[in-house]
Amino acid sequence: MTPKFEYAPAPESRSVVDIASSYGLFIGGDFVDPTDGKSFKTVNPATEEKLADVSEASAADVDKAVRAARRAYDRTWSRMSGAERGKYLYRIARLLQERAREFAVLETLDNGKPIKESRDVDVPTAAAHFFYHAGWADKLEYAGLGPAPKSLGVVGQVIPWNFPLLMLAWKIAPALATGNTVVLKPAETTPLTALLFAEVCRQADLPPGVVNIVTGAGPTGQAIVDHPGVDKIAFTGSTDVGKAIARAVAGTRKRVTLELGGKAANIVFDDAAIDQAVEGIVNGIFFNQGHVCCAGSRLLVQESIADDVVHRLQRRLRTLRVGDPMDKNTDVGAINSAAQLARITELTDAGVAEGAQRWSPDVELPKRGYWFAPTVFTGVSQTHRIAREEIFGPVLSVLTFRTPDEAVAKANNTPYGLSAGIWSEKGSRILAIADKLRAGVVWANTFNRFDPTSPFGGYKESGYGREGGRQGLAAYLDTEGTH
Amino acid sequence: MSPTSATSQARELLGVSSLTNKALRTWLYGLPGVDQVGLEGRAAALATRSIKTDSKAWAIDTAIGMIDLTTLEGADTPGKVRSLCAKAELPDPTDLSTPQVAAVCVYGDLVGVAKDALRGSDINVAAVATAFPSGRATLPVKLADTRDAVEAGADEVDMVIDRGAFLAGDYRLVFDQIAAVKQACARPDDAPDAHLKVILETGELATYDNVRRASWLAMLAGADFIKTSTGKIQPAATMPVTLLMLEAVRDWRELTGAMVGVKPAGGIRTSKDALRYLVMVSEIAGDDWLTPQWFRFGASSLLTDLLLQRQKLRTGAYSGADYVTID
Repeated sequence: MTPKFEYAPAPESRSVVDIASSYGLFIGGDFVDPTDGKSFKTVNPATEEKLADVSEASAADVDKAVRAARRAYDRTWSRMSGAERGKYLYRIARLLQERAREFAVLETLDNGKPIKESRDVDVPTAAAHFFYHAGWADKLEYAGLGPAPKSLGVVGQVIPWNFPLLMLAWKIAPALATGNTVVLKPAETTPLTALLFAEVCRQADLPPGVVNIVTGAGPTGQAIVDHPGVDKIAFTGSTDVGKAIARAVAGTRKRVTLELGGKAANIVFDDAAIDQAVEGIVNGIFFNQGHVCCAGSRLLVQESIADDVVHRLQRRLRTLRVGDPMDKNTDVGAINSAAQLARITELTDAGVAEGAQRWSPDVELPKRGYWFAPTVFTGVSQTHRIAREEIFGPVLSVLTFRTPDEAVAKANNTPYGLSAGIWSEKGSRILAIADKLRAGVVWANTFNRFDPTSPFGGYKESGYGREGGRQGLAAYLDTEGTH
Repeated sequence: MSPTSATSQARELLGVSSLTNKALRTWLYGLPGVDQVGLEGRAAALATRSIKTDSKAWAIDTAIGMIDLTTLEGADTPGKVRSLCAKAELPDPTDLSTPQVAAVCVYGDLVGVAKDALRGSDINVAAVATAFPSGRATLPVKLADTRDAVEAGADEVDMVIDRGAFLAGDYRLVFDQIAAVKQACARPDDAPDAHLKVILETGELATYDNVRRASWLAMLAGADFIKTSTGKIQPAATMPVTLLMLEAVRDWRELTGAMVGVKPAGGIRTSKDALRYLVMVSEIAGDDWLTPQWFRFGASSLLTDLLLQRQKLRTGAYSGADYVTID
């Protein structure tokens, strides 16, 4: 009889992090109670167990936060030299590294993502973002953005639940490096790492009010967007909310950058390195349970190799380990919320109803918590909802193409334009196709790779503005002297 | 299998009337390419698997049972080989539940000594042959080297391919030599043939594309095992190279229905490394390969560390190198 290599449970210890029973709002360097005393709970999506009560910020609380940010901007942060600001950012980056394990465990508990991802991707990349921007703080004159780029003032930032700490880093690091102060709202289902980050700000002796963190749901975010004291809005999240924000700030002096949804095409040509392409497909859509705005949710595979690729993909998916996010060997964790699970279920049901073939590996999902098995749809057409709408879950739609032109046409045939992938061993083809794809990020022979030096952002309904790199600085600077 | 039947089988698989260099080249170059970054990334990701408690104990015993305990030095003597054989039979005299290794691997002239020393045990004797490690000799010399080892009783023969011929594009020559050596491994009548392990010496093939092609060429020519390295060239076995070879045997089985074994050799020294290789075997080729029949470690010092870790699991404390016999 063939032996079987069963991996024993390898749980990461939960005891490295202290979770308070309740949290206040981080305003002006202190944790304060919300004015009307409202709170909501945040749960561990893998178990549905309550983790903590979190304050719900009202418009009055947001006003306090914006005032604190303005005070810090006027009195301290905008007067400080770039070199001094850089020191604070370096300090924050180092603290993130020192407390990496704590952040990783907390992120996994609150979000449901596998510990190996929070440990190896989210937290190190967040620290890297602070290190990178710390270096820019005293070199802004040389960024090619004009001789004397100026900070904007108070920035309102609203971030999503899929990469809570990493999205916070993407927002706060460039804002602070360029001399702005911040009011940030984490997502209501994943506020805990942002609140731990508030503690890091205090540990780093960051001047009070430079970073303010207000927790809450949609109305809190809207209060930030609508606040007249905010000079710029940076938002990452759904296209629907992004459109509402764009409408709300139209006609005001506020600047906006939006990083919204996506329906990325991952294009596999017949001359691709197939085994590595399969890895890229898996990483493209099953990384972080597919809760990734730039996920490769549409696989476009050349028809001549489609059967082989799908066969290899299915074989590979049978080895994915779905379950306890705290286990170091888990590849796919929990869906972040009941609402998201309902959305994924609705769209996959629509996929079946519209005639696509659904397949999942044989996995046993935990009884409690929010779970969805990795799913592949074959026989998908451009007309199907699962090919057009962002599912934001571990669901891949497989479409085929015959020629390079057809691949480009199908890839671009979406209102979104955040990312795309190309798999080919032919360099000239990669360059030619990348030129024709209307997507902000195009990966060649890889997928879902992030680096603070590389600008990230969308075309079309995936938003505007860039984050990361030199281009990302421009989103937080007045480069024309007209401000 | 005679070289003629190997050739006719290969012709059938390739769908050609004549097994020319061009036909072999077309076939080998039709294999999908290998992306270096992606392959190395996959190997690195598998290396993060956390193997604890029961599964660690199981994996350590499994790894011990897969070792080809090796001595390949100019200074090898009958005494050295006998003491290695004693360790192969009784790896840990303080714990008789410790499994025995799979084989002892020596130069051809010491096969007789090893066979005598291991008489009555289930441990195989493997001989390196074909002008190991360089392989720079004519075919008659390589065949004589092989027959010598087989006549002395070798259960397994570890041959080297002609890397020069491979790099020069003479795939037919590489194929013919493997097929001929395979025939020299045969024994008359009911006596079992020696199993043929084909060493690709991946450190000299340099690119992953070459490793994939050489793996398929060796399997086509009748290899029972494909093996990474002689241990005399750096780099020897690496995780990405072994991963690639595991993909090759997995895909060969899907194509032909036949299983071929894989043996990484050289540079695997710690239990942690061995466990990472077993994770790769399980997740890339599949658990069917998790037996000494289909997976081996070519190693000398690895056994020592596996025994130390095994003692640690049993007693809860590290002993130290002096508590494990050196050979």
